[in-house]
Amino acid sequence: MQNFTPYSAFLGGSLIGLSAALLMYFNGRIAGISGMMAGAFDFKNSENRWRAFFLAGLIATAIIFNVFAPHEPASYSRSTLLLIISGILVGFGTRMGNGCTSGHAVCGMARLSIRSIVATFIFMGVAILTVFITRHLLGVSS
Amino acid sequence: MTKNITALLCGILFGLGLTISQMNNPDKVLAFLDIFGDWDASLAFVMGGALITLATLQHFIFKRERPIFETQFHLPTKNNLIDKRLILGAIIFGFGWGLIGFCPGAVLAAFGDGKIEPFIFTLALGAGMMLFGWFDKAK
Repeated sequence: MQNFTPYSAFLGGSLIGLSAALLMYFNGRIAGISGMMAGAFDFKNSENRWRAFFLAGLIATAIIFNVFAPHEPASYSRSTLLLIISGILVGFGTRMGNGCTSGHAVCGMARLSIRSIVATFIFMGVAILTVFITRHLLGVSS
Repeated sequence: MTKNITALLCGILFGLGLTISQMNNPDKVLAFLDIFGDWDASLAFVMGGALITLATLQHFIFKRERPIFETQFHLPTKNNLIDKRLILGAIIFGFGWGLIGFCPGAVLAAFGDGKIEPFIFTLALGAGMMLFGWFDKAK
C-alpha cells in the first residue's frame, strides 16, 4: 500500500464533518456541494446567496492553503476530452441523483438516510468498477 | 447576512478538510478506488472521520427545535425513496468519478494547484448540470 496517510485523512474528514455539523446547527442546511453549485448561480433568489458564500470560502481556503503549504499537484495524465466527459457525467449524475460525495456519502449517511446509503453504495461501486476496467482491463495509465 | 457569514466559515472548514485529507488530488482518489491494484485506503479514513464527527454532533444538534439562524432544519423528506432517478444518477456520477477522480467539492479545492484541469472540469460539470436541467424539463 503506497502513500497511505490515515492521520491526515482522518483529520481532514473530521473537519468536513465539523463543517457540515455547524452548517446544520447555524443555518439548518445540508452541506451538499453539488446542490450548492446548482443553486449558487441563481442570483435572483436571495435565499441562495449562502451557497455562493460557502463555495467562496471553500475555494479561497484551498488557494491560500496551497500558498503557505504547497503540495505536488496531481499528474492529470488523462486526456482533456476524458476530463470534459467526466465533468459532464459528474454534473449530470449528481443532479439526477440529488447529491454527491458530500450530500449522500457524508450528510445523508450520517442521518442514516436509506436513499443516501443506496446512492453511496452505487456510485462507489460503479467508480471502483470504472477504475478496474480503465486501469486493469484497458490499461489506461495511472 | 449572518447566514452568509456562517456559510462562509463552514466553507472555509470544508475546504481545509478537503485539502488536508488530499481529497482534492485525483491521483489519491483513483488510488483509493483502485481496490484491485495498489490500493491506498486513506480516503476511507476521510469518510470515517467525517461520519463519526457529523453523526456525533448531529445527535445534539437535532435535540434543538430549530437551527440558530433559521426557523427550521431543511432536511430531505423522502429519505426512503429509491427510484430510477436516484439509481441512474448514482451510476452516471460513479462512472464520471471513476474516470478522473474529481467529485464536485474536491475539484473546487484543487483550484489552488495552479493547473488548468480543475477549471476545465468545473466548466464541464456546470454544463452537465445545465444539461440535466434541460433534460428534466423536456420530460
